[in-house]
Amino acid sequence: MKKCRRCSKSATLHITELRQGEATEIHLCETCAKDYLSQAEEVSTPDGDVQFDQLEESEQPEVSGIDDRTCPNCGITFREFRTQGRLGCPHDYVEFESDLIPLIENIHGETQHCGKLPKRAPDSSRRQHQLIRLRSELKVAVEEENYESAARLRDEIQEVESQLQGNDSSEE
Amino acid sequence: MKWLVARSPTRFAIAWGELPVPKVLNFVNVPSLDEISQQFLVERQLISRELAEGDGPRGVAFSSAEDVSIMVNEEDHLRLQVLRSGLALDECWEEINRMDDALEEELTFAFHEKYGYLTACPTNVGTGIRVSVMLHLPALVQTREIQKVFHSLQKINLAVRGLYGEGSQALGDFYQISNQYTLGLSETQVIDKVRSVIPRLLDYERRARTAMLEEKKEQLHDHIARASGILRSAQTISSEETMHLLSSVRLGVNLGLIDDVEISTLNELFIMTQPAHLQKLKKTELDSADRNKARAALIRNRLTGDSQD
Repeated sequence: MKKCRRCSKSATLHITELRQGEATEIHLCETCAKDYLSQAEEVSTPDGDVQFDQLEESEQPEVSGIDDRTCPNCGITFREFRTQGRLGCPHDYVEFESDLIPLIENIHGETQHCGKLPKRAPDSSRRQHQLIRLRSELKVAVEEENYESAARLRDEIQEVESQLQGNDSSEE
Repeated sequence: MKWLVARSPTRFAIAWGELPVPKVLNFVNVPSLDEISQQFLVERQLISRELAEGDGPRGVAFSSAEDVSIMVNEEDHLRLQVLRSGLALDECWEEINRMDDALEEELTFAFHEKYGYLTACPTNVGTGIRVSVMLHLPALVQTREIQKVFHSLQKINLAVRGLYGEGSQALGDFYQISNQYTLGLSETQVIDKVRSVIPRLLDYERRARTAMLEEKKEQLHDHIARASGILRSAQTISSEETMHLLSSVRLGVNLGLIDDVEISTLNELFIMTQPAHLQKLKKTELDSADRNKARAALIRNRLTGDSQD
């Protein structure tokens, strides 16, 4: 039986990677395979995306002043939102963003939409969201130890990423 | 649940004419209805209590089959609802997605790159989707295992609601299992998540039923037969007691302990015995005592064929 490439345990998962037409076989134990596949996800996070590291800082907002801030669009204050639990207009998500983020993360455990997109959204933003969706699916696949789909999803992620990079360079 | 991009900075009311809804839907201007009619729509699950009790211009468009409804100016500008019996979540999603696409052709929903579709309450932001499965779980209630089940559902971030959704009581042992998260998962992921627990829940309910049959069949049979007896002969009965007894009889039919009534009759009675339904049926306003009499008469009529008055 083959040994895991990273530790000395027996390899239980055999991943075949296709890169530029070349196939490479990687043998891993279950623990290392989980790491390996989730790394693929982390590595592929470009800048300006879900910035979880910044969330912790904003989790303790200064108490004074914030509650009385008013949305210039609908006139609601953050205090009013806190009392009635309803925002006044879509602009509140921008106006009170720093205070809403910890709340949203607390409610949903996530802060990045990965569902349906408006049809009129530009192509690049569709791709960005496709990427987010694929990464979320990859996370689930890894959690469920569904390595076959995880590997497929990782490939799809790389493909979309290269498309996005291609777009960026052509715009420059 | 979706918010439209604001047209005016102060108010978000939309004029009826602006809504690109197919003509096959019936429009109802909710503030123009009397209280009983508003409550009637709530009991038929066509509008939420919030829409009925709200203020300002608001309304609902619904299909004749009552499987589609579009609430306007509820908590958000639009709330689309599709209902199906059985576990037909994919069909519901296809239908509602199609409706959403059609509306999007004409309207601009407020959308944020990061937070998705924007809603008045941050608990709905993102997809704005609520996937809900209504289950009848009388055996889990009677064996007191239901709290355990709910606790484990909450751990995986699924919510349990009563008959009329958020904040409502679980009348007649009916529960709605639904998603809590609307952000960070795609619509189909949310659907899969809710659907994945249903077979296990039904299995728990079945096991609880089997255990009850094995351990105390006589007691159970007696309890159900008495429930049936009260429903068949009561002269006055409250809504709550009706729901409770109907639930027992429904369980009895499912377990084969009672065979003189159809499940469909019981399901119909769950709906028809609600306060606004009774008053619509009698075509007059009734106080609580009169409703209790009318309810008892209606039930006797449906279960025994007695004349209603």
